[in-house]
Amino acid sequence: MMRRHLLLLSKNLQTVANGRVQHCRRLHQSLVQKTAQTGDNHEEKPEYPGSKQLKFVHQLELLDPDKEPGIPVYRVMDRKGKIVQHEGGNEDPNLDKDTVTKMYHDMTALNTMDKILYESQRQGRISFYMTNFGEEGTHIGSAAALKPQDWVYGQYREAGVLMWRGFTLDQFMDQCYGNSGDMGLGRQMPVHYGSKDLNFVTISSTLATQMPQAAGSAYAIKRSGKDACVICYFGEGAASEGDAHAAFNFAATLECPIIFFCRNNHFAISTPSSEQYKGDGIASRGSGYGMRTIRVDGNDVFATYNAVRAARDVCVKEQKPVLIEAMTYRVGHHSTSDDSSAYRSVDEVSYWDKQDTPIARLRQYMVNKGWWDDDAELAWKNESRIRVMKAFERAEAKKKPNPMLLFTDVYKDMEPHILKQQQQMKEHVMKYKDKYPLDKYEKMTD
Amino acid sequence: MASLAAKILHRPNIFKVLGANRVCHSLNSSKRTHFTYVPEVPKQEHGETAKSNLVQSVNSALDIALGNDPTAVILGEDVSFGGVFRCTVGLKDKYGADRVFNTPLSEQGIVAFGIGLAVAGATAVTEIQFADYIFPAFDQITNEASKFRYRTGNLFDCGNLTIRTPCGAVGHGALYHSQSPEAFFAHIPGIKVVIPRGSNQAKGLLLSCIRDENPCVFFEPKILYRSAIEEVPTGDYTIPLGKAEIVVEGSDVTLLGYGTQVHVLIEVATMAKEQLGVSCEVIDLRTILPYDIETICNSVIKTGRLVVSHEAPVTMGFATEIATAVQEECFLNLEAPIQRVCGYDTPFAHVFEPFYMPDKWRVIEAIKRVVNF
Repeated sequence: MMRRHLLLLSKNLQTVANGRVQHCRRLHQSLVQKTAQTGDNHEEKPEYPGSKQLKFVHQLELLDPDKEPGIPVYRVMDRKGKIVQHEGGNEDPNLDKDTVTKMYHDMTALNTMDKILYESQRQGRISFYMTNFGEEGTHIGSAAALKPQDWVYGQYREAGVLMWRGFTLDQFMDQCYGNSGDMGLGRQMPVHYGSKDLNFVTISSTLATQMPQAAGSAYAIKRSGKDACVICYFGEGAASEGDAHAAFNFAATLECPIIFFCRNNHFAISTPSSEQYKGDGIASRGSGYGMRTIRVDGNDVFATYNAVRAARDVCVKEQKPVLIEAMTYRVGHHSTSDDSSAYRSVDEVSYWDKQDTPIARLRQYMVNKGWWDDDAELAWKNESRIRVMKAFERAEAKKKPNPMLLFTDVYKDMEPHILKQQQQMKEHVMKYKDKYPLDKYEKMTD
Repeated sequence: MASLAAKILHRPNIFKVLGANRVCHSLNSSKRTHFTYVPEVPKQEHGETAKSNLVQSVNSALDIALGNDPTAVILGEDVSFGGVFRCTVGLKDKYGADRVFNTPLSEQGIVAFGIGLAVAGATAVTEIQFADYIFPAFDQITNEASKFRYRTGNLFDCGNLTIRTPCGAVGHGALYHSQSPEAFFAHIPGIKVVIPRGSNQAKGLLLSCIRDENPCVFFEPKILYRSAIEEVPTGDYTIPLGKAEIVVEGSDVTLLGYGTQVHVLIEVATMAKEQLGVSCEVIDLRTILPYDIETICNSVIKTGRLVVSHEAPVTMGFATEIATAVQEECFLNLEAPIQRVCGYDTPFAHVFEPFYMPDKWRVIEAIKRVVNF
């Protein structure tokens, strides 16, 4: 009985197995026939794990970036400050009068401060300066779209972000003078601002180093569960650094809530962007790293605002990075150590200075709205100039910090060998008092 | 920058060959390893102990660091599966993939990402796969990490950053798996540079580095990973940074080194006693920056003679700093010129390693020079 059952079972199994074999043979034969007929196999799919690629192609074609369309420039208002209509309406963020007025105030105050500090460097009153001419819109538009708890890592031409966040004129000036009011204790060159209260990480001169750091901070913020993200500003020249590559790649693979904000102002000192890269600007690199990307009109404060707001949403809700490339033009010299007429025409600069500035565009918008007129302009110009001049005078009157501060903060606590050197310096300077500019510094106390 | 060779050499089955001194490169198998490991007796106050090699002690330190500090993360190339030297084994499973994670293959990215984590208040323990590949991150270490607190006026800092990296000779590591780059880092105010000589130290010093409020570079002599077997406290303990340790007391010559080289010096001290009747004091520097000048000078004041030894090339190696500082502080006590027994000023060559190393014969020769001066 048992044996019969077993025999039957094994027979059944054999039938099933034979059926499978036959099925497989039929399938194989049909494939062989198909291959024989057409000479290829279009059903195979690539199985390589290193790519998202989905299909084979059977004709050789090199991808030619020059044949791809450039990434378009997102814009909200035209050069006359008029909101541009599209089929579905328009993209006006409809910010209220107070917000827009603050945008305008901050952009113009920054402009005024730039003019005065630039001149003061020419007179040898501060050692160095870098203006923000032409790029005020990228600063204010982006800063306005962020929340105060969002962290900022900058390059050096983003003073407007600090202005928006409430960094005072005195704080700007104190840093440039390296006086006793400077929170950085006079250690860094001018325009290397920073503020813990405003979540603005102190600037350093080394280009692009802040980019992968910003990604790391974004990762820490993500793990902390806070409703915050990081924005990291850099120029198109800095984007050529290896650190930029590291930053994009780390941010994408480690899913960091960070907005990479590139100020593409066409120049890295004297090097035009045509000598900086051959691709479609910086924005075209975004998808290569797997990042959402947009290119905006950097002289359009609302386009910048909208893009950063949307990017912030992606960061906070999806915990992913976004790349924004703001197209703009560096109207001023690279710095006070640079004469840009040595490498570009005055006409070219004049176009951007006269025909298309972020400040003029926003003013037109406000005039169109009935929020601004010539009287208001004149009054504000005078007021902001007086404010800047007063802060300037106050900063110039302050003494430099205590020279003993040369030695603190190298480490958390002063290490014995540094303490020893501090004492040596003090003893030496006391011995040669008349050889050192002690009168310009706070009293040298321990 | 971590080379393909590194990847291939350090696949788990192969790295055993690199780490274990019993199975060596054919050229080296005929000769003994250049040192004999001297186990350290753990301090009683550090509690219960278990037999452990350096890999396990590093792993234990990392385990404790992650366990005590919810912000702590470990990142680097291949750390997720346990690391090419197995130092991070089991940690991802225990603490989660968001805390122990692989990064893209970019050293500048790893250190910078770690800086960013630390600036935002997290504890970042980064790994550079070999000290030879730390140079792409040199800018981030020297211009950024080390200067962060200073240049911001203490508004921001990355004191919670630790960079771990395997260093030193391994028998057959050639140019890019053998380097001892500590002197490059000793010239950077703002960081701490630490090298343990064994498993006990590795754990205690690494925990100190992780908790220290300054960025630290922690070099792990990779030849000790498997060979440094000794009793290691299983619990949480730290060894202070910036303090040297007198390993062998003596009265005639001071021998100073760090990392693997300390074991060479301990053996030489015995040889000197037996063969020359010379009493050597062996000091393990442990922290390269800031270094413990006091312990060194006290010893030299006593002995009047100093031999400094390290694997790294001699010119501008850390021995140069020690020699100068001791000469300044102990001029009247010195009975002989300070000797440097170091690697030669060449790259680290593959088949010539036995001739490159500052081995015990070269050190004993230096001792003969100072006592016969």
